[in-house]
Parts: sequence; structure tokens; C-alpha cells
Amino acid sequence: MTMTVAMPGRLPRSVMPVRLAILAAVVLAMASVPLWASGGSQRLLVEFMTYVALAQLWNLMAGYAGLISIGQQAFVGLGGYTLFSLAILAGVPPLLALPVAGLVAAIVAWPTALVAFRLSGPYFAIGTWVIAEVYRLGFAQVGALGGGSGISLPVGLVKTISADRGTRDSIIYWITLATCVAVIGCIWALMRSRLGLGLAAIRDDEVAAESAGVVTRRLKLQVYVICAGVTGFLGALIFLQKLRISPEVAFSVNDWTVLVIFMVVIGGIGSIEGPLIGCLLFFVLREQFSDWGSWYMVGLGALSVATMLFARGGLWSLIAPRIGFRLFPVTRAAPRRASSEG
Amino acid sequence: MTILLSVRNLDAFYGDFQALFGVDLNVEAGEVVALVGANGAGKSTFLASVTGLLPTRPGSILLRGANIAGEPAFRIARAGVAMSPEGRRLFASLSVEENLRLGATGGRKGPWSLEKVQAQFPILKEKRRQGASELSGGQQQAVAIGRALMANPDLLLLDEVSLGLAPVVVRDIYESLPAIRAAGTAVIVVEQDIGRATEISDRLYCLQEGRVNLTGPSRQLTRDQIGAAYFGRARSAA
Amino acid sequence: MTDLLNAILQGVLLGGLYALFAAGLSLMFGVMRFVNLAHGDFIVAAAFGALLLVDMLGLPPLLAVVILVPAFAAFGYLGQRLVLNRVMGRDIMPGILLTFGFSVMLQNLMLEGFSANSRRLNAGWLDTASLPLGPFQIGFVPLLMFTTALLVLGGLGLFMSQTNTGRLMRATSDDAQIVGLMGADRRHLFAIATAIASGVVALAGVLMAIKTNFDPSSGPIRLLFAFEAVIMGGLGSLWGTLAGGIILGVAQGLGAAIDPGYQILAGHVVFLIILVLRPQGLFPRQRP
Repeated sequence: MTMTVAMPGRLPRSVMPVRLAILAAVVLAMASVPLWASGGSQRLLVEFMTYVALAQLWNLMAGYAGLISIGQQAFVGLGGYTLFSLAILAGVPPLLALPVAGLVAAIVAWPTALVAFRLSGPYFAIGTWVIAEVYRLGFAQVGALGGGSGISLPVGLVKTISADRGTRDSIIYWITLATCVAVIGCIWALMRSRLGLGLAAIRDDEVAAESAGVVTRRLKLQVYVICAGVTGFLGALIFLQKLRISPEVAFSVNDWTVLVIFMVVIGGIGSIEGPLIGCLLFFVLREQFSDWGSWYMVGLGALSVATMLFARGGLWSLIAPRIGFRLFPVTRAAPRRASSEG
Repeated sequence: MTILLSVRNLDAFYGDFQALFGVDLNVEAGEVVALVGANGAGKSTFLASVTGLLPTRPGSILLRGANIAGEPAFRIARAGVAMSPEGRRLFASLSVEENLRLGATGGRKGPWSLEKVQAQFPILKEKRRQGASELSGGQQQAVAIGRALMANPDLLLLDEVSLGLAPVVVRDIYESLPAIRAAGTAVIVVEQDIGRATEISDRLYCLQEGRVNLTGPSRQLTRDQIGAAYFGRARSAA
Repeated sequence: MTDLLNAILQGVLLGGLYALFAAGLSLMFGVMRFVNLAHGDFIVAAAFGALLLVDMLGLPPLLAVVILVPAFAAFGYLGQRLVLNRVMGRDIMPGILLTFGFSVMLQNLMLEGFSANSRRLNAGWLDTASLPLGPFQIGFVPLLMFTTALLVLGGLGLFMSQTNTGRLMRATSDDAQIVGLMGADRRHLFAIATAIASGVVALAGVLMAIKTNFDPSSGPIRLLFAFEAVIMGGLGSLWGTLAGGIILGVAQGLGAAIDPGYQILAGHVVFLIILVLRPQGLFPRQRP
């Protein structure tokens, strides 16, 4: 299925600086939040940005590299547990442990991928889930990290970030914001590069891409490992804020995969705007329908099914042609044939 | 004689790429028509359009006066069109006999039964329990044609049956044509070998880069004429 | 030593149930290259269906099979024909994502309908009956599961080799395009495959309901078991699926014998080891 949405109008190249200015303004506004917003709102925004980043990463893997993973929770949990291990068992300052957690996740992702890549298509998806389950069950056996019931981050360690709770929350907020902006920015840059074109080719037709010279397996491996690393970093961040980790929450397929997939699918797979819209929609809906319990999830599932049946590009594919303006354009105009009428 | 297949102004596309341009072609009941052309001329594309493997605009292909263009392949097969595909395309994990039996799925009645097909190609009886992929090229070709005959078609399409086979084997295969024709089946034979094509057919069409640029009774067309059309050196109709 | 042998024996019998879980998955993938991610949830739905029939109508559990299997088969046929056929094709993503959404829907619908409590079907005398075999006691239910698996797999094998529809299905996994040339309607063929798979799912669900505790969220782990059995056994081979199920059952049994908490993990680990050492499975018959 083709993912790219054609631009209906011909906008002048000078619109790019305007676009960047708007985006910069948004980022600055977001950065100012800890200065004036309440703690609750701030935490909500952290949660939102975390999911935006997770969704963008999942979209990169599935929507561009054709890797549908139902096992990203493996790296969320791995990142979280690495942070807790380093902090509790090795006395590493939590903020320093964050990037290490991401690195560890990336390193573990490599042999993981070599195993998982033995499967393809839907079996690859399920295989990633099995691997995540192995991590979950494995960590539940580690007594030093609390086994099945989990472990909390000692207060003393937490205070090394800052003695004041408000400052700690702000630091985590800014790190999350920076990560989210970096993820979106890097993905956008990637998609506009030659590498991104190769990825899009893999998505459309892997065999054709290979015969055109795209080294598909290596590219997919790189995407998988990098996404795992950043996901691990995000996982460490998530549990640094929660201050407590347990196998069930760390490796929860519902929290870290089901919701993320729904956000991407309903918002629009294969574009950068899609996951953003999906996240927004999810958070808005959650406020409205939080008392509905399981019916809420039934609704999300039904929306996903409907999207696959009627509008595979999600909400964004329905909105984009109407507004004629793309926030993160990644399409290229097809070269004009000299003899055609246009 | 009645016109069995009538193709009018057929265009065919693979995505944005156009492979056939306004092809006109007729086949009368019981006749053998040859379709020649170089690689990439559009011969297999034409057969794919007729059998429904390639989607086509309705109206451009009529079988006994009824439109089959754009219909799903299984309906066209049940209407009486069967093909021995390019490359044979046998079901590799099935035995020879199972491949043959599958040909009769459409349930059409007619002279061809398993026994009759095996009588026509004795090797099919001898090797009936063997896996289809274990046979030699020529034997596999016999299976492919036999499988198509099992459907008791009114129109049989033979796509490049001589490809990759020794001339002796090819001769054996084409020797079955009279029996096929005697049973009342019309045949379109796609061939790259011009000599053999004119030898076995009543009429001949030549495709070149997606267009018919020569047609006429096979005995009356000269080798030079066909050669010229084949390579696109001249445009003429006999 | 007897304990060890007993663990292996119970694992083999449990493998029968896992083979039943896997049979439907294997069939659908073989014919259509399609995996229904809601597969495990349908098994649980059948279990709840059996619970309803037994509790509400007072039917003996095995009679619930007579009602549920055709009902699920019919639902499978319609579901394939009306919904799933629209996401078949070269692109596998819509199918995966659609059935994924369906899985979540189903789990949460069951949660609303039945609450999160763990249930089990009371099969009366069946639950405790057993046959003595030397130093071992073979439970009736595990024996029933294994025998059913043999019968179902054998029946499927006969269907595939002796009937025209079965031959068409095998042909579809070889070359789906040419099957249309034979005059076979692929939409109908796919729907028959899903109907059969759904019928087997219903059967597996009823047996599972008798054998173990289950709740609305038990579906996904069943999908994982089915998947592991299929991959370990080898794609495209029905008896390979039985072998895969047995390996899984035995691995889990041995893991549980070491420590009850190791049961499922042991199965996963053995699966991963086989995936690394022999990715095509033990008895592969087709290219994935």
C-alpha cells in the first residue's frame, strides 16, 4: 500500500522557513511549560511526549522498514531495569544511567534481531512478543531486583538528581521533550535522505528494493537496533519518573505496544503527522471515556479494524488532502517527463 | 464458422506501464491460431488478460459473444478457457495425478477424462504418483497441457510450451494437437519459433511491442513477412 | 526418576492440546499465508461459550462441542468471506493490524461480559478419572486431548490428500495464482480453510476449558503456544505441528518439575533454541 500522500497544491519553496519557524515556536512553548504549568499537567505532557516518541519509533519500523514488532515492550522494560540495576546495584547516578540504559538496549537488540529475523511477516511479529515474554519472565526471577513484585528506587538516589521534587519533574520533562524533538527531527531528516528513500522502497516492495541495490537486511537490522536503543532510553526515563519498576509493568504489552500500535494505526501509519495525530486523539479520548473501562479498548480496537478496512493511511490520510499543507513533508515530486503534457 | 473468442482494442497495463495497445484478435471454434513475437512483445500479457490473471477493462474480450474481460479468473476458466502457463506452473507439492485432477475442478463435461488424457500422454499414467517437481521438463509440459485439457475447455491456450525443451520432445508435444483439435477445442499457441508456429496453425498473429502488426493465414505468410513483423522492420497486414 | 518420566508423559499428552491450538493456525498460514492474531482469543471465546452452554443449559461439556464447532466454523467462513478476504494480499500489514485490533476487541468484550475472574469448566467425573499405566496415572482428560489431536490431525491429513477441496488448498500454498485457472474460487477456498480452522479452535477451546483455568486475557499466551508449536514442528507439516506441540508440552513439563515458575519460560527458551539452531523447524514442508 502506498503511504505517501500527494501534495495537492504547488507550494513555493519559501514555505519551509515558515514551517520551521512554526515548529520552533511550538518547541519553545513546550519548553516553557515547567515554568508555569501545574505538576499534574506537566506529568500528563511527559506521558504524551513519551508516547509520541514511542509511536514515531514504531512507525519508523513498521511504516517504513516493514518490521511489525509486537515486542517493543522488551526494550522499554530492559531500559527501565538497566537504569534500576545501575542505580541500585552499582550506585551510578540516575541521569548518567539513562543513556547507558539506551546503549544496553541497543546492544541487546542486536542478537535479539538475529534470532527474530529468522522469522518473517506475521511470525516475526509474534516472535518479538515471545522474546519480550522471555525478558519479563527472566527478570521476574532476579531476586536482587525484586523478583516478581518489583523494586523501588531508593529515596537517597532519587534525591541525587535534585532535592526538590519540582526540579526533578522539570528535569525529566525537559529530557523527555528533548528526546521527543530529537526523535521526530531525526526521523524527518532520515526520511528526506537517500537512506529514507531506501527504507520507503523496502516498505513498498522489498524484493524490488533489493534488486535496486538497497541492502535490505542490513538496513532493517540498523533500524531495529537504533529503535530499540531509543526505546530503551525512553523506558529508563519512564521508570525514573515512576520511581518503581516491576516485570509486569515494565514488559506490559498493553501499555507499551497495544496503545502505541493503535495510536500509529488510527492516526496514520507511514507518515510523521499520523502518529502525532493518533497520540493527540488517544489522550483526548482518554479524558472523555475514562469511565468506560473495557468498552474504551473495544472502541480503539474497532477503530483499528475500521482503519485497515476503509482508510489504511489512517486519519492523516483523510485530513491531509483537505488541508493541502504538510507539517513534515517527506514526499518528492516525480520527475517531469519532457514530452508529457504535465 | 462461429467466432469463439473476439478481442477488440485490448489495452493491458502493469501499474502505469502499458504492455498492450489496441490488440484485435479472433479465434474461431476449432481452429489453431499462432501468436508469435519476440520476448517482451506482450504474448504472455495477452494470455494473462484473456484468462483473467491480469485485470482488464470490460468489453474488450468476448467469449461466445459474452464479455469475460475484467471477470475473475475462476469464472473465465469455468466458461471454457484453459491454459498451460509459461513455465508450466505445476503444483510442486502435488503428484502428477493430483495436478491433473485439479484441472477438472471447474466441472465442465467433455471428451477429456483422466483416462483419455493419460492415453494421449502415456507418461502421465506411468508417473502418476510421482511429485510433479520430480519430472523432466518435457514430462512436466505434458502434465501442464494435460491439466488444462482436464478442464474440457472450448479454448486452450498454450504458452511457450517449447521453451527449454529438446526439439524431439517439442515435436512429441505438438503431435497431440490434432487430437486436441479433433475433440473440438480451439487453440491459441504462443511460440517464439516461427517455423513451428506456421506449421501447426491455421492463422497467425504477430505481436511487436504490444501491437499486432501482422495477421493472416499461416500458409500464405512468407518467412520474410513474418520475420519483418517479428522484429518490427515493417508494418503490414496480409 | 518416575517423577521425571511422569513429567515427560504429562507433557506429551499436553502436547496434544497444543497441537490442537496450533492446527488451525498452521492451516490458515499454509493456505493463505495469513496469521490471525486473535487466534488465541477465539480459543478462549470458545471456552467461555462452553461455560455458558454448560452453566445455562446444563449440557454435558462434550455436547457443547457439537454446538460450538459448527457455530465457530460458520462464523469463521463468514468472517473470512466478508472481512478478512479484504485484507488478503501481498501486503501482510493490514491483516496483522486488523486481527490485532480484533484481538484487543475480543479480550475486552469478554472482560465486560464475564469479568476478569479465572474460570474452569466442571466436567464432573471426567476431571478426576484416570487410567493406571504401570507406575503412572494417565488422566482421562489429557488422554482425551491427545486422542482428539490425533483424530483431528489425521482427519485434516485425509481431507488434504483425498478431497478435491483439500488438494486445492495444498495447491494454493504452492501457487495461489494458478489455482484460479483451475476454476476454483479463491474467496470460497479461503473461507473454507478459515471455517475448518475455526472449528478446530472451538474444539481446542472446549478441551482447554476442561483442562485449565482461563480468563478473558488468556488468549494471547495461547497464540504464543500455538505459534511455538507450529514453528518448532516446521511450516506446512501437520504431523510436524504435533511434534512441535509435544516438544512444547514436554519442555514446559520439565521446566515445571524444576520449579513451577519456570514452566512457560522453559517452553519459550526451548523454542528460541530451536529457532536459532534449526529455524525451518523439525519437519518443514514449505517455504515460509
